[in-house]
Amino acid sequence: MSQVAHPLNFRGSTLPGKPTLFAVFALTVVLLSPVLAELLPGVLVDYPKSAVLPLSAWIGENLNWLARKAAIGPIKIADMTRAIAAVLEWPIDFLNTVLASGILAGRGDKVHIVVPPLSWLAAIGLAGIFANFIGGLRLAILTVAGLIYLVVFGFWIEAMATLSSVVVSTIASIAAGIAIGAWALRKPSYGAPVEALMNVMQTVPIFSYLVPTLLFLGYGPSAALVATAIYALPPMVHATMLGLRNVPPEIIEYGKMAGASPRTIFWKIKLPVALPALSIGINQTIMACLNMVVIASMIGAGGLGYVVLLALRKLDIGGALEAGLAIVILAVILDRLSLAAARRNAAVVSSAEGIWRKTLQKAAAWSVFATLIAILAPALQTWPENWQLTTAPWWNSLVTWININWFEPLDAFRSFLLINIMNPTKNAMLDMPWFIFVALVGLLGAAAGGLRVATIAGCLMAFVAVTGFWDAGVTSIYLISLGVIISVLIGFPIGYLVSKTEGRRQTTGLVLDTLQTLPTLVYLLPAVMLFRNGDFSALIAIISYAIAPAIRYAMHAFANVPEDRLEAASMSGASSWQTFKWVRVPAAFPTLILGLNQTVMMAISMLVITALVGTRDLGQQVFIALSRAKVGDGIVAGLCVAAIALSADIVFKAFAARQSKLMGAGHHHG
Amino acid sequence: MFKLKRLLSVSACLAAFTLPVNTASAFEPESNDPIIIMLGNWTSMNVQAEIAGQILQKLGYTVTYQPMDDSARYPAFEAGDATFAMETWATTQKDTFEASVATGNVLDMGALDAQAKEDWWYPSYMKEVCPGLPNWEALKEPACAAAFAAPETAPKGRYLSGPVDWGGFDPERVEALGLPFDVVNAGTDASMFAELQSAYERKAPIMLWVYAPHWAPAKFEGEWVQFPKYEDACYTDAKWGVNPDKAYDCAKPEGWIKKMAWAGGEQKWPCAYDIIRKYNVDGKTLGLMAGEVDLDGKSNADVAQNWLAANESTWKGWAACGM
Repeated sequence: MSQVAHPLNFRGSTLPGKPTLFAVFALTVVLLSPVLAELLPGVLVDYPKSAVLPLSAWIGENLNWLARKAAIGPIKIADMTRAIAAVLEWPIDFLNTVLASGILAGRGDKVHIVVPPLSWLAAIGLAGIFANFIGGLRLAILTVAGLIYLVVFGFWIEAMATLSSVVVSTIASIAAGIAIGAWALRKPSYGAPVEALMNVMQTVPIFSYLVPTLLFLGYGPSAALVATAIYALPPMVHATMLGLRNVPPEIIEYGKMAGASPRTIFWKIKLPVALPALSIGINQTIMACLNMVVIASMIGAGGLGYVVLLALRKLDIGGALEAGLAIVILAVILDRLSLAAARRNAAVVSSAEGIWRKTLQKAAAWSVFATLIAILAPALQTWPENWQLTTAPWWNSLVTWININWFEPLDAFRSFLLINIMNPTKNAMLDMPWFIFVALVGLLGAAAGGLRVATIAGCLMAFVAVTGFWDAGVTSIYLISLGVIISVLIGFPIGYLVSKTEGRRQTTGLVLDTLQTLPTLVYLLPAVMLFRNGDFSALIAIISYAIAPAIRYAMHAFANVPEDRLEAASMSGASSWQTFKWVRVPAAFPTLILGLNQTVMMAISMLVITALVGTRDLGQQVFIALSRAKVGDGIVAGLCVAAIALSADIVFKAFAARQSKLMGAGHHHG
Repeated sequence: MFKLKRLLSVSACLAAFTLPVNTASAFEPESNDPIIIMLGNWTSMNVQAEIAGQILQKLGYTVTYQPMDDSARYPAFEAGDATFAMETWATTQKDTFEASVATGNVLDMGALDAQAKEDWWYPSYMKEVCPGLPNWEALKEPACAAAFAAPETAPKGRYLSGPVDWGGFDPERVEALGLPFDVVNAGTDASMFAELQSAYERKAPIMLWVYAPHWAPAKFEGEWVQFPKYEDACYTDAKWGVNPDKAYDCAKPEGWIKKMAWAGGEQKWPCAYDIIRKYNVDGKTLGLMAGEVDLDGKSNADVAQNWLAANESTWKGWAACGM
């Protein structure tokens, strides 16, 4: 406690001398870069085209060979992967049959439903009964209300199709995530490469590996499943590794002494103890799966994502918003249900056997009852089209109204930012010699974590130059940097303000879930109407997505400042400003840095979306490669995105580690 | 679960019994495997998919529809993941389509009467500020170009081109014809038409890439700029046209819209392939049908059904092999 009595002690830890020196040095280099551009040899200013590694051609040729010609014995590799894909499709088909399509018979125009799918009435009741069993009445009400929205607004069938594929890909990601995470902990040398691979998987835009996925798996739900799982797997792996690492060794020792086999120790001891950490991974995995719904619909998943795409194509923004909200509702229900299930399991309810049996009986009774009355009243099977509600015209006219009345001031604001801030920043960064840029990143790494970090971060940046995507890479970095700076400037203060009461935190949590799962395109198109195609709309897209982790982490950071330190500060007579500056901010600092890191990652994962509003960044390169069937280019541009992400990640992690070490040191000395 | 399994097995039996009853029509499809018709993310494509699908279904074929991303469709067709696509546009997809046909796994099923047109387009109200339009030479006037300007391009005009991957040689065109315009690329065509709608609502200046058949030229009043007419020589020979030193001093090429198919299905469903080869619709009809869906809010299936009812002799002629 005594450390707070001497608040000046903290000054040393929040503003260490070296970074200040570094900042001055870096600024000098940036300001001098036009001069340096004249002095440096041309090779270091503009990366020569002749020295570009032909990596993309190489990857393209090999993938083509692998997918079209390669064979093990008489069986082609593509045939094998396609057989696997067909198997993967079974569970999705099964769920889809039960929930959405029913069993069909006949052919040609005489196709008809022999056995209808589960009626919406039955399905909603079942969901409510299980929600009540897992998480109580409140959760049941939330679940039922959400599902009724899907019925009344006419999204039931599409939502069930989406649910079928999301449930399967979530379960697949969670299972694979736990398996990979557990495997990676077997030997100390496995951990780092696995974590790096996961970071690559999370940041390479899906469009980069879209064509290879289709070559190997064919169009359809299984390709969408695999593509989704690649994106949704990493948080589960990270969470598993974190959770299993933190299992106290004594507990495992105890199990060994009791003569338990390694398998028993894993399933009966390690996993249950790690469950709270795993549940965070499960939540993130579900969010990631639903985040991919629109993109998955482009490669054959259908469902709600396709409804959103079609509505946007017609500029029916209200319609797209309604379908987008349906996706959000699925996300929130799945998330809350899985959290409740994890909590329930963690609490190990052994007396639940009886309740479980009772719940099953209730469920069986309800499905028979609901199915029977749905046969009598068809509206309970399929909601009639002319009973559907829609608010779409209202939203569309709102967009029109804003467009007509607010365009002028908004456009003036846009032009001001574009002409005075964005374009100059972009031009300055593009004019900077690539070598200086790489060196600056290296220096940043050195300041944060020493030579190792500097080398890795610098090499990753150099990869972008060597593979020939430098200009697109720098354009990406410019958009990401501005997006992150603005997200943090807005997000951290909001996070601080809402951190004060539990109620505010919950409401904010819901808003943030919405922001993260509402398909970006839904709010991107109105943005385009107001701000036109170009960098400004791209910036808005980045901010609207990247601000979520900024707020979330700041909220957690400020909500978890240790009470004893706050008490000590008030006892020593610190004003609220002093408490904020010397107690709250330093205590929150490591979490804030992690939040910054996540903000950067989110901003980077938005690059592929920014390409949709016409910027010339790496996301756009990926798109061009896709449309010209240049598989190699797409993958390499995607890897460049990952390289930028990894280099930011390693620098931030090093900085956070250093900072918390300093902070810890401050503690003990104080 | 138990109940469900039972339900499924009972229904499978039911299905097995009902199947033969329903196939009592004269024509027997060569195979009951599903014919997969591609759905795109634009309307005319999907209405046509529905028309073709309904014709095939009337003959007893099993038809399913598969939404696909346009640019990633070629590997799918080469592998047989889809059977028919009713539109491929020369103006944007020529290279990828021809490369795909060259693999031998994809068939060119012939062109529609509908022609693709795409070029610079402006709403009619812009004629008041630039009266020389639609003649392209009016755009060379500084006052006229300034009327199309945005703050960051002023005094030059702003031209909103399509997504970069559509190509189109607009920067080259601007240079060759000496137009005082900046070319800005839209990211997607949805965002392109979002900007058009926004400008149109405010009667604000806009010059952009519009293509047809599409609902936009039907919904918004306006016209295409008349550039010197396209010839192949214009793109390949610098000497051709008004600028003796540069190529691209002309309009964009108008082009075919073709149907495509997976080659492997030809032996499986010869009659279906014959029908799709003969299938044909003109551009005006396509634009009208797209408008019925996008502007009047009808479903693709309804519009297709109406077309089938009104053009019975036409499609029955195509389907002679199955009648």
